[in-house]
Order: sequence, then structure tokens, then C-alpha cells
Amino acid sequence: MEHEGERTDGWALYEIFIRARAGLDHKHVGSVHATDPRMALEHARDVYTRRQEGISIWVVRSADILASDPADADALFEPARDKVYRHPTFYDIPDEVKTL
Amino acid sequence: MASAAPDAADAAPRVPYVLRLADASLVLAQRLGEWIGHAPALEEDLGLANTALDLMGQGRLLLAYAGELEGQGRDEDALAFLREEHAFLNPTLVEQPNGDFAHTMVRQFLFDAWQHELYAGLTSSSDERLAAIAAKALKETRYHLSYSSGWIIRLGDGTEESHARMQGALDALWPYTSELVETDELDRKMIAAGVAPPMEPIAEAWSARIDAVLRDATLARPAAAPYRWYGKQGRHSEHLGYLLADMQHLPRTHPGASW
Repeated sequence: MEHEGERTDGWALYEIFIRARAGLDHKHVGSVHATDPRMALEHARDVYTRRQEGISIWVVRSADILASDPADADALFEPARDKVYRHPTFYDIPDEVKTL
Repeated sequence: MASAAPDAADAAPRVPYVLRLADASLVLAQRLGEWIGHAPALEEDLGLANTALDLMGQGRLLLAYAGELEGQGRDEDALAFLREEHAFLNPTLVEQPNGDFAHTMVRQFLFDAWQHELYAGLTSSSDERLAAIAAKALKETRYHLSYSSGWIIRLGDGTEESHARMQGALDALWPYTSELVETDELDRKMIAAGVAPPMEPIAEAWSARIDAVLRDATLARPAAAPYRWYGKQGRHSEHLGYLLADMQHLPRTHPGASW
């Protein structure tokens, strides 16, 4: 099956994840085209960190990501809706913790 | 002797040496800027522009310093926009036209490999200002070299078409490399003063880097060319004049214009 974003000219789409600063998660920021992972990393650096947005970059071929189907949303996510007891709302978060 | 502010007798001979470094970065920045809006992919457009801006920044710092050393009241703008062609002291390589992407990348790689070694040496210059500029620029250069090496290998070891274009670009641009690693009287004077680093280890490291990358790229190193270019002495190829006309047109037409 031909994957969405797959090209036939040797270029592929890569998803870019950037860590803004130490202690934070890598966050998805967008995508670039590249012919190999090294080029994707350089393109990500050139496109997404021009204004000091990050200290670390991950690149992942878009074709290697298996995404959930929006049509399955009911089956996947509805069952959690009435289970509020799963939320850890009974804890006090210390003031010092900024990024929880 | 290390000194932040060389006295007048020391300063004068440094002016053309600093201009050589400044013009190398400035002219290549101008060339790379010509790609903006024309690169083969949006990502490369930004990549080339980023490199151009790094080089432009180096050029500005170096031109400002050259102006101070000269002490004639010329600032970075005066030196960039109001000098004639023969007063530019960049190596001939950087003024060569962009050509196709192969030419641009080969030119970039040959330059980056040279600048990387030279600036590493300049970080221990007896001239503290130059050492500081080199230390800042070296981080940029390390990235440029990685980026251009990647393209040399990718396209050299790519398709039959890309390999042929890369070899063609390498053969065309190789004759301009000798002046990068050969010394003339000014270079030797600067080396003796500890302002410039000794050239032999730089030439060796440059050559070894070129060989290693060309091997991975399955490209053949061209034979040394007998003809010598001396852009760094102000004797340029026919291309620099057009480049300067483009670059200097606005400030010469509207002196003192501002945003």
C-alpha cells in the first residue's frame, strides 16, 4: 500500500520533534522533506531552530508512524469519558513543579 | 606578544590580512544569497540562506575590525560597498558563479574545509580580536562543513547524472584552491607575527579532509593545476565585478540611504 507522504523521487517526508530546553519533552513542530535521515536532521535545524527554539532534534520518517484512524475515535477514546476516577486529582502539586 | 589593540605599526599590515578573511566570507555570502527563492527545495532555500547569514555576520565583524585597524574612519559598510573590485582580497574560489547545485556545493565544501582548519588555527592568534571572531565563527563553520560534506557524498555517490555533475564541478573549481593553502609574503609576515597560524598543518588537514570525503563520494581528486589565481592579492576572475555591481548598486546609487 502506498503510504501518504511517500514520494517516488527518492525524497520522503520526515516529522520533526524539538526539545525546547532541558527537562521538557520533544514536541512535534512540523515536517520537512529529505532524502535521508541526516539531511532531515539538517533541514530540521535550518527550518525549525533559526530562532533558538531548541536544544535537541528528533526526526522520524512520516511513513514509519502508524496513526490512529479518526473514524475509530469513538471506540478508542469514548470509553474513557465516564471514568473520571482515573484522574489523579487528589494530589497537591508542589509550587516548585512548573512543567507537570 | 598578545595584545588586544595592536599599535599603529603592527596594525597597518594586518588590514589586508583581515580583509582577506572578511571578503572571503562576504563575497560567498553574496553568492549564496543569489539562491534565495531559487533553491531546489524550501528546506535547502533556508539552509543556504542560513549559511549566507552566518558568513555575512563573519564578514561584518571582520570588516569592522579592518576598518578600526586602518584608522581612516571607514566602517563595515564603507568597506563592503565603496571599495573597487581590485581592493577586494577574497580568494578567487568564492566569487565563482553558483552554476548548478553541484557547483554551489563543491565550492562550499572546498571553502568550508579550508575555513574550518584556518579558523581553528586562528583561535590561538596573537591578535585577540581575531581569535575571538574565529572562535565564534568556528561553530558556524563546523555545521557548514557537515552540511556541504553530506551533499558531496550524497550526490557524488548518487546517480550517474549526479556523479557526473559533481565530478564536473570539482574539476572546474579545483584550480581555484591553490591560493587557499599556499602562502604569499603577506601570509608569511602574519604567520611570523603569530597573527595567522602556520599554513603547513592547515594545508595537510584540509587535503586529508578533502580526500576522505571524496573517497566516500566516489569522486576523483583532480590533478593540481599549473595556473595560479591570486584573488587574495586583488587579481580576480571576471566574475567579481558583476557580483559587486549587484551588491553595491543600491548604496552607490543612494548614498547614505536607510530603511
